[in-house]
Amino acid sequence: MILGLARSWSLAGYAVAALLVLPLFALIFQAFQPDEAVFGHLMATVLPTYIINSLLLIFWVSLGALLLALPCAWLMARCDFVGRRYLQWALLLPLAMPAYIVAYVYTDLLDYAGPVQRGLRSIFGWDSPQDYFFPDIRTLGGAACMLSLVLFPYIYLLARTAFMEQSLSLAHASRIMGCSPWQSFWRLSLPMARPALAVGVALVAMETAADFATVNYFAVPTLTTAVYDTWLGYGNLTAAAKLSAIILLVVFSLIGFERFARRKQQLFQKQSRIQVTDLYRLSMTQTLVALSFCGMLLLLAFLLPFGILLSYAIGYFEQSWDKSFWQLSLNSLSLALITSLLCCLIALLLMFVRRISPRQSDALPSRLASTGYALPGTVLAIGVLVPLTMLDFAINDLADLVGIAGPGLILTGSVIALIFAFCVRFVAIAIGSVESSYKRISPSLDMVSLTMGQTPRQLLRRVHLPLLAKGLFAGALLVFIESMKELPAALLLRPIGFENLATYVFQFASDEKLEHGALAAIVIVLVGLVPLIYLNRSLEHHS
Amino acid sequence: MTSTLKLKQIHSDYQGQQVLKGLSLTLAQGEILALLGPSGCGKTTLLRAVAGLQAISQGEIQINGRIVSGNSQFVPSEQRGIGMIFQDYALFPHLTVAENILFGVARLSGAERQARLDEMLALVKLEGLAQRYPHELSGGQQQRVSIARALAYEPQLLLLDEPFSNIDAQVRYEMMAEIRSILKQRNVSAVFVTHSKDEAFVFADTLAIFNQGIIVQHGSAEALYAAPNSRYVADFLGSGNYLPAAVFDGHSVVTPIGHLTSLTPLNLPSEFSGTVFLRPQQLTLSADEQGVGTITERRFLGAFCHYWVKIEAASHAYYVEVRSQMMQLTIGQKVGVTTEPHSLVLFESSAYSNCGDPI
Repeated sequence: MILGLARSWSLAGYAVAALLVLPLFALIFQAFQPDEAVFGHLMATVLPTYIINSLLLIFWVSLGALLLALPCAWLMARCDFVGRRYLQWALLLPLAMPAYIVAYVYTDLLDYAGPVQRGLRSIFGWDSPQDYFFPDIRTLGGAACMLSLVLFPYIYLLARTAFMEQSLSLAHASRIMGCSPWQSFWRLSLPMARPALAVGVALVAMETAADFATVNYFAVPTLTTAVYDTWLGYGNLTAAAKLSAIILLVVFSLIGFERFARRKQQLFQKQSRIQVTDLYRLSMTQTLVALSFCGMLLLLAFLLPFGILLSYAIGYFEQSWDKSFWQLSLNSLSLALITSLLCCLIALLLMFVRRISPRQSDALPSRLASTGYALPGTVLAIGVLVPLTMLDFAINDLADLVGIAGPGLILTGSVIALIFAFCVRFVAIAIGSVESSYKRISPSLDMVSLTMGQTPRQLLRRVHLPLLAKGLFAGALLVFIESMKELPAALLLRPIGFENLATYVFQFASDEKLEHGALAAIVIVLVGLVPLIYLNRSLEHHS
Repeated sequence: MTSTLKLKQIHSDYQGQQVLKGLSLTLAQGEILALLGPSGCGKTTLLRAVAGLQAISQGEIQINGRIVSGNSQFVPSEQRGIGMIFQDYALFPHLTVAENILFGVARLSGAERQARLDEMLALVKLEGLAQRYPHELSGGQQQRVSIARALAYEPQLLLLDEPFSNIDAQVRYEMMAEIRSILKQRNVSAVFVTHSKDEAFVFADTLAIFNQGIIVQHGSAEALYAAPNSRYVADFLGSGNYLPAAVFDGHSVVTPIGHLTSLTPLNLPSEFSGTVFLRPQQLTLSADEQGVGTITERRFLGAFCHYWVKIEAASHAYYVEVRSQMMQLTIGQKVGVTTEPHSLVLFESSAYSNCGDPI
């Protein structure tokens, strides 16, 4: 829109975007490098199993999450019963639970030494595992259950909105033509909600493909654990990159599917909303069934694990609440704070350029920068390591050449790599937030300012910044929370001796001492609850 | 007469489509010009080109004799001294009325700023609302703030992009008259974009009818209405009837309703045959059993009646719309059709296909 916009604005945007997509391209580049024995060996031996496990896991989690979410979504959107108002937001609570934390809690609860099996043994007088059958939680099926429990809210949220937005007149028509609620669900609501469900399933599948901590803990070998082991075990970057490329293939096909579904979703959305008076009023028995299904789900996915964590945290408070806990929290906090600040600055720059530039191509940097969100933590870590390692070597070579002592691994050996990786992964959130704020600012405000003698810089400071403040804050908050939770990238990229809350929980859980990490886990969950409050507010606004 | 704005043969593309195709226009100092055309004809593109928010590919734009867009020159928006008023008012939601009005006012002392503010508030009759935020004002008040803001900047030229379409129909014309008098009072030149001929008639001194990237006719509202130079202009400014016409002599033509005589000489070749354009109120009806017309439809509209009259002549049937004070005519009745004396409008057209059906 600013016809004479200085090229320097555009150039700055392109430079930042190039930096942020560097890991992705480096990864692809590295994946095509010839590799010594390792990848060939993997391919001949365990790779097929990894791939099959990953795909099976995606399939089971998608199915499980769908089956859990669908009844809840329909009940909340179309029925009226006691407790619905509270349940409709409480069902979002599991989103705050990282899957790995739920997995740790349930393992503690359900394995051989856990209270459940001990209780059964004492009741029935069994002595050894040979005496009875109890499903082993540390399996692919167990991992699928854990992931379904925490990921189903994605589908729930989208399906609920889809059910609510279905036109009132259609619902009336189906009732007048004698459809029972059940028939109306199968013949009308479900087919119309299909695109929204597809989007939800795609999101769940992507989260599943990215999961590292749960499968690693359950010792289920998948592609993500393979990347981790190949790098930390063999130190082979090329093989890790090749494995990562396979994951990318899966993730990008899921994104393609999601985009496709979203396009269709728009066709199905209508203006008129379901009114409260049009809800099905449930009978006593029906209410009981509905309440027990949703309540059970909430109990298993959130209340129980949270309660157990809480009791551990209280029981082991003395041991956990020490100096090192403060250090951990400080590490997590400062890391998240720096990341969210950087992400907001980048998002502001890229979206400002996109907004005021007369060149259509200037939308490219913000799009490119947003691709980072698709990279699972493990994949991203490898992608960051490839260029930064090269840079580190180059810096030291240069130092040698000049004749001064090399600084060592100043990039990969410090938190710089970690912050960079977090920015790549989470800048998309900030960009999305700024973008939606910009959409609410009328373009004529820009034109008015420009015709009244304001330079681009003044436009940004006097008009855009005050109006974007809320969007920037929301974006920063979301980036902050995601950075607190992110585990695999932190595990692979942290400097030696550096721990934050997530890696600390992982460490203790791996050592089967979850009790000691419970306090840190609680902090992560509580921080994760913050965006749900936001989400809930927008939901309330919706209904 | 000095000209505030001069457009010479400008071309402009928007998203790969040529929107302006060699457009020329001149605006005198203090003149209010309405750019009138259907949606999507390039009116807004033209305003944006003048404001420097849209590039032109050819031609030249001058403001007060200075080339602002041209072959190798380009003056950025912020240096053109233009005020712009939008359909959505474009008030800054985070600033008060006072801050909005003073947004573009720089390099003035505190007292001068206050004086300017007071003057503007008085001008748009918003005294006492300086500390309100835009969302606390009605639509009409918001529009007045945007006008005050544009005028406080003391622009050489004011551009208004459909500024009244969001205002309630009941107060719209009153407000247009009010703003017109403010602009006249301060002798501000303005270009006003609209798709409504009624708004253009009320607000502007001159009209420029816009079609497919060029100006098809430019002149006073009365001139354009009475003597449109094309069927496009004629239709755009109001409905009318077309009847085949052949020259009879220097002042009259032969048509299916008989000889029509013009108040002014026709200056047409004697072999001319085309169509004559007649507004509904230029026709008069009389109950006449021997008349050429038959009433086919009647619509009562209070002060007058609209009749559709079928005229049969020379094996063709023509339908004309007549606006008449006579209320008593009924469907099926035979009527005589004559015209009020006026200067006839004739268009070249060889075929009658679009104004008559074979019987």
